[in-house]
Amino acid sequence: MTREFLSGNDAFARGVALARPHVISAYPITPQTTVVEKLSEFVASGKLNSEFIHVESEHSALSAAMGASSVGARTFTATSSQGLLYMAECLTYAAGGRFPIVMMNANRSTALPWNIYGDQRDSLSLLDTGWIQAYAGSAQEALDLALMSFYIAEHKDVSTPFMANLDGFTLTHTYEVVDIPEQSTVDSFLPAYQTENKMDLDNPVNMGFSAGPDTNTEFKFKEHIGMLNAKRVIDECEDKFAKLFNRRYSGLVESYLCDDADYVIVTLGTIAGLVKDRVDALREKGQKVGLLRIRYVRPFPNEQIVQILKSVKAIGVLEKDISFGNEGTVYTNVNSALQKARLNIASSNYIAGLGGRNIEPKQIDEIFEDLKNEQSVVKFVGLGE
Amino acid sequence: MAVNVKTISDDELFYGHKACAGCGGSLAVRIALKILGRRSVAVLPAGCMSAVGFNFPQLSFANNAIISTFAGTASMMTGIQAGLKALGKKDFQVVGFAGDGGTADIGIQALSGAIDRNDDILYICYDNEAYMNTGIQKSSLTPFGARTTTTPVGSVIKGNLHNKKNMFEIVAAHGITYAATASIGYLPDFMKKVEKAASIRGTKYIHIIAPCPTGWGIKTEDCVDIAKEVVDCGLWYLAEFENGEYKLNRKIKEFSDVATYIKKQGRFKHLTDEDIQLIEASRNKKWDYLNKYFN
Amino acid sequence: MKVVLRDKKTFTLDEIPFAPCYKPGLVAVNSGWRNEKPVVDESKCNGCNLCYLYCPDGTIFKKGKSVGIDYDFCKGCGICKKICKQGAITMESEK
Repeated sequence: MTREFLSGNDAFARGVALARPHVISAYPITPQTTVVEKLSEFVASGKLNSEFIHVESEHSALSAAMGASSVGARTFTATSSQGLLYMAECLTYAAGGRFPIVMMNANRSTALPWNIYGDQRDSLSLLDTGWIQAYAGSAQEALDLALMSFYIAEHKDVSTPFMANLDGFTLTHTYEVVDIPEQSTVDSFLPAYQTENKMDLDNPVNMGFSAGPDTNTEFKFKEHIGMLNAKRVIDECEDKFAKLFNRRYSGLVESYLCDDADYVIVTLGTIAGLVKDRVDALREKGQKVGLLRIRYVRPFPNEQIVQILKSVKAIGVLEKDISFGNEGTVYTNVNSALQKARLNIASSNYIAGLGGRNIEPKQIDEIFEDLKNEQSVVKFVGLGE
Repeated sequence: MAVNVKTISDDELFYGHKACAGCGGSLAVRIALKILGRRSVAVLPAGCMSAVGFNFPQLSFANNAIISTFAGTASMMTGIQAGLKALGKKDFQVVGFAGDGGTADIGIQALSGAIDRNDDILYICYDNEAYMNTGIQKSSLTPFGARTTTTPVGSVIKGNLHNKKNMFEIVAAHGITYAATASIGYLPDFMKKVEKAASIRGTKYIHIIAPCPTGWGIKTEDCVDIAKEVVDCGLWYLAEFENGEYKLNRKIKEFSDVATYIKKQGRFKHLTDEDIQLIEASRNKKWDYLNKYFN
Repeated sequence: MKVVLRDKKTFTLDEIPFAPCYKPGLVAVNSGWRNEKPVVDESKCNGCNLCYLYCPDGTIFKKGKSVGIDYDFCKGCGICKKICKQGAITMESEK
């Protein structure tokens, strides 16, 4: 193991290289670009023996990835924002085809107006496409997620594509010290991709076919089950990961000081780091506050959310997203989990960080203060300020 | 040995499909696969051939075959080729079968990208001159004058006002390794081109005219004859592009009558003598060009 | 080799594959599409096999010095009749 000072993108690229994909296809877009640049360097220098396809669009990036996956190859691509949206057709296609492609998405605002900075509207607007969606909180987690993503996606009970989300710039371009695992340890962690869902030259199949009303529901049901199976496989994967790498992750969610908390901020991605700092600070002042970081938005951690939040007085869902005409999508999902469990908790929504707008420590404190009103409101943080 | 009717494989790799009776596209796919064999991996975008071949559990390809997105024929082929190569597989051919819309309209970007990379794939465009699967709408390969459901014959506008896009030369302009035109009316010519393409590494493109009896307004039994006639009257030509040079495979001393070709088809029924003269003039101009620049 | 009719025609939830990926095979014939069927007069056939070559459905097969037709999958388009220079194929009404 070595330690290096790496950006989130570099860390993720190192993880991908350690996973040794057969095929990488990608098209450049800020702030994803340095991931594919780094992987290109690895391939050019002979450190990584992958077929690198220089596609002419994101649609082709994912289409080529599906082609590679359809013959049983381990496959990686990466994108962001407009590129992710341009791929949208291929997202549902890859999920329906049960192609366990891993894609890194650098979370970025979507046009219009144009903006290259981070928010999570790109990926959250595509929650229903059938991809596992994970949100990293640090560069170390990004590298580790790159390794685990292949394990989870390619597991025979899952066989579902995996979108690993890194906050644009705040994670993709921010440097921290990262532990780089040994190749041999990674090789013992990550099994080779084996599947029956492939075109074998000696045993031909027809793939990607039509299924009419008589069987379509059954295919979609199985797609749903594959995603649900990921919950179990994520735990299994993290157990194995912890044994080999001496770092443990906490599954679909990360709970911080929620056990006795009255007020909890629920969020995802790197902003959880700031919330954690404010929880520490407010705890020192005697306030019973906590943080619930959602690591996987699909499959959605309904059970974990209910278990962790069942005794709190109010929650605030802080998200870099808005579903226009309604509310933040994470908020909708969290409320659904609470309602199904008949938990009557005051629940508010704080829309923040759109187009890379900075979220200040005092704004986190204000949210915790606001939660004491125990109302259910939707607010844009710092609007007009 | 050059493949011919006697030597072509008896294997039927595309069988029991639900294409309309007398479908030219299905004939092109069938013949190409007989030559390419079981170790070919076929990619078909949304379109007639995927719609008729892949209805679970009625699955009509004996070789590996997959439906791609409409725009993604060439890019999926690239991925398959790269995947098989990375897995150490040998002796295979990735082949695509896309229609005129899937090739010259929505799929042209991915195709251009694949040619640019010189990916080792064989892309076959079966050109029936409109979006037939959705019910005969105009594509950029619909010829001048043709009636489609989106270029109807009205009192103001009568049929398609635009000329057919020159896809063969657009492809060749990339400096592609090998490109050819063909017609299902001249299968031995097509067979030779498929066989040759399969022996070449790099990107190959074959553009084959494949009439659609439903869309063209002809009898099913006339599908092959009309595909011959479009070549004989000079509105289509059989050619190759190789090593940077164009070659005409079938030089025509005396064209058959354009008006006869036109008048056999329901889609041209409304055309006037003046319209037909325009088509003929455009054909003559094209052949002046072909005779000048093609060997 | 060619694609043939499956023994299995219907699929339960457990039998449906987890992904749209399955071995080739057919569950229905196409014979009902025809109004007319081609009939070969073997005495007139010279074995040129053009009908076999130009059949869009591949339903004509080489048989000795002549050809046979898989009537399960022939759609009756009539291309074979028109391509035959010997007049060895005629179309007969299915009624």
